[in-house]
Amino acid sequence: MAWRIIEGNQALAIGAKLCRPKVIASYPITPSTHVPETISEFVADGELKADFINVESEQSAISACIGAQATGVRTFTATASQGLALMHEMLYIASGMRLPIVIGCANRALSAPINIWCDHSDTMAERDAGWLQFYAENNQEALDLVLQAYKIAENKEVLLPGMVAIDAYTLTHTFERVDVPSQAEVDRFLPPYKPLYAFLDPEKPITQGSFGTPEHYMEFKYSQQKAMEASKEIIDQVFKEFDGKFKRRYHKIEKYKADDAEILLLTMGSMSGTAKDAVDRLREKGIKVGLAKFTVFRPFPAKELIEIAKRPKVLAVVDRNISLGHKGALFSDATSALASMERRPLTVNFIIGLGGRDISPQNFYEIVEKSEKILKKGKVEKELEWIGVKKEMIP
Amino acid sequence: MKISIGARVEEAGSSIKYKTGGWRSYRPVVNKDKCTKCWLCYKYCPDAAIEKGKDCAVIDYDYCKGCGVCAKECKFEAIEMVPEVK
Amino acid sequence: MIEETEFLAPGHRMCAGCGVALSARIAVNTAGKDTIVVSPTGCMEVTTTQYPETAWRVPFLHVAFENAASAASGIDSALKMLGKRENKNILVFAGDGGTFDIGLQALSGMFERGHKVTFICNDNEAYMNTGIQRCSATPYGAWTTTSPPGKYSIGESKPKKPIARIAAAHCIPYVATATIAYVADYQKKLKKALAVDGPSFIHVLAPCPSGWRFASDELIEVSRLAVQTGVFVLWEVENGEMENLKITKKIPQRKPVEEYLKTQGRFKHLFKPVLRKDVIGQIQAEIDKKFERFGL
Repeated sequence: MAWRIIEGNQALAIGAKLCRPKVIASYPITPSTHVPETISEFVADGELKADFINVESEQSAISACIGAQATGVRTFTATASQGLALMHEMLYIASGMRLPIVIGCANRALSAPINIWCDHSDTMAERDAGWLQFYAENNQEALDLVLQAYKIAENKEVLLPGMVAIDAYTLTHTFERVDVPSQAEVDRFLPPYKPLYAFLDPEKPITQGSFGTPEHYMEFKYSQQKAMEASKEIIDQVFKEFDGKFKRRYHKIEKYKADDAEILLLTMGSMSGTAKDAVDRLREKGIKVGLAKFTVFRPFPAKELIEIAKRPKVLAVVDRNISLGHKGALFSDATSALASMERRPLTVNFIIGLGGRDISPQNFYEIVEKSEKILKKGKVEKELEWIGVKKEMIP
Repeated sequence: MKISIGARVEEAGSSIKYKTGGWRSYRPVVNKDKCTKCWLCYKYCPDAAIEKGKDCAVIDYDYCKGCGVCAKECKFEAIEMVPEVK
Repeated sequence: MIEETEFLAPGHRMCAGCGVALSARIAVNTAGKDTIVVSPTGCMEVTTTQYPETAWRVPFLHVAFENAASAASGIDSALKMLGKRENKNILVFAGDGGTFDIGLQALSGMFERGHKVTFICNDNEAYMNTGIQRCSATPYGAWTTTSPPGKYSIGESKPKKPIARIAAAHCIPYVATATIAYVADYQKKLKKALAVDGPSFIHVLAPCPSGWRFASDELIEVSRLAVQTGVFVLWEVENGEMENLKITKKIPQRKPVEEYLKTQGRFKHLFKPVLRKDVIGQIQAEIDKKFERFGL
């Protein structure tokens, strides 16, 4: 174990290297380009024994990973935004074929207009693709979540691909102190990859990627859903084991000053750090506000959310994405999860930080102020609020 | 049956369970006396439904779809297409 | 009874008299047991792998329509890393859509990166899996469901894309054309393709009775006539040397192209209700020009 000052992209690359993937296929895209650059250096220097394929598109990157993983090796790639969107079709195929590929994703806004800065629209658009989704708050989490994502994805009860998402620039290009585990420590945590079902071997010829008729298709989808459900427990086990070995405890939803909170912010990714600061300041003023950060978004931690939502009176769901025509993705999923509660808190959705719009503590003060009004009135008058939009510019 | 993980098919060549012979409206019939065992019909069969028999080409009627390529290509007119009787 | 092993088992649902079925059968049997087959989405893929059955007796992978070459690249890399690359063939069977059109980018990438993969395009000159729509492999004048002849149309209005020459322009170790009528020529080329250390490409003309509108027993005859009329020329290029293009089947006395066109219903509008001498003449002129240009 050693402390290093690295950027988020390097954290993903080092995390991947420590997991010893045999094939990496990648296509550069801002702001995740440093990931393949760093990995290609590892391969060039012999630090990582792998084949690095410089493909001609993200679609081919994920396709080559599927081909390699189906042959029987661990694979990795990294991408962002349009690149992830170009992978879209193959993401469903990877999960349908139950190939535990892990990818790193720099969260970047989707065009148009073209924009290279942070929001979560890219990975949120893939939330139905059958991939495990992990969101990092900082570079340490970026590295740690890669190690844990492989372990969870490859579990025989799971066998689903996973993506580790880190915020563009605030993480990808920001240097932070990261505790980098040694190779020996990671080897003790993550055993070499042995394919259970997916291999291409002339001695045992199987067909992968078959044609499924209405007779079987639903059963395959049911199995994927069952695997997602099973992964919930596996995630807890792996997080616990990781804590035992590396002394860092992860939770699907991480609580911060949440236990006695009347207003609870639901956040994801790097905004959680800013939000925690805001919570501290507001607590000094005597406002009972807390925070719950979603580290895992798929499978959706509904049970944990219900538990956390029992005490607060207002849930302020902060989404760095918008499902145009409705609301933020976290809000939609959170409110549907809470529907079964007998006494559920009031819920309000705040859209924030799209396309790299800066997220400041002031934004959270505003969110909490609005939430306090809801708390006082005992009802939500406006369910969807956009924070920081210059309304005077709207024609 | 239990479905596999990821829609993999583990039994190689299991399509033989599906008999395509029922597709035929004409059946190729080999004239043993004319067959020279040149195996051109075997080579040209798209469905691997012709076997190299001891005395002549042997049609596998379980799978022959009745395309008629063998009869058409036989240089010795040793294969005749005969209507299937329903 | 069966001497050779059939690596593409019967019971698959390809049409009676399918040229692609025959091409795939010839190729996989020539390549043998130590072969991994990759196929993009298409007729052959859906008809040979209907769950819970498969016609393949070798390992087989299908991912999507546009990415067979990328998936094959991943297999090549993975086998290398597993130390299992020696003595194994990676064979892609793609249709014309998965090669000429939607699969072209991935194919070009695979060529450029130099993966040791033999990519076979079984060309039946239209999107047959979706029901005979035109693609860039459809020949000039042909009817398809999206290039119908009419008052303002003679059928397909563009010439066929020269895919094998495009492949050869990548200067890969081996490129050839072949067709199912000339089995020995096809097999010889396959063996060369499988032996080279790098990418190889074989463009196989694989007539489709259903889409070209001819009786299924005419399969070989149509394929043969394509060569004898000069519609489809059998050639190969070794070591990326396009200037040393070698004709493997010389046609001393070319037949007029009508003989080929009139075997197929997809060209029947060129003969009836009026004989379109202009269109047929143009098709013939293009062939003549091709033979002159390449000194055939």
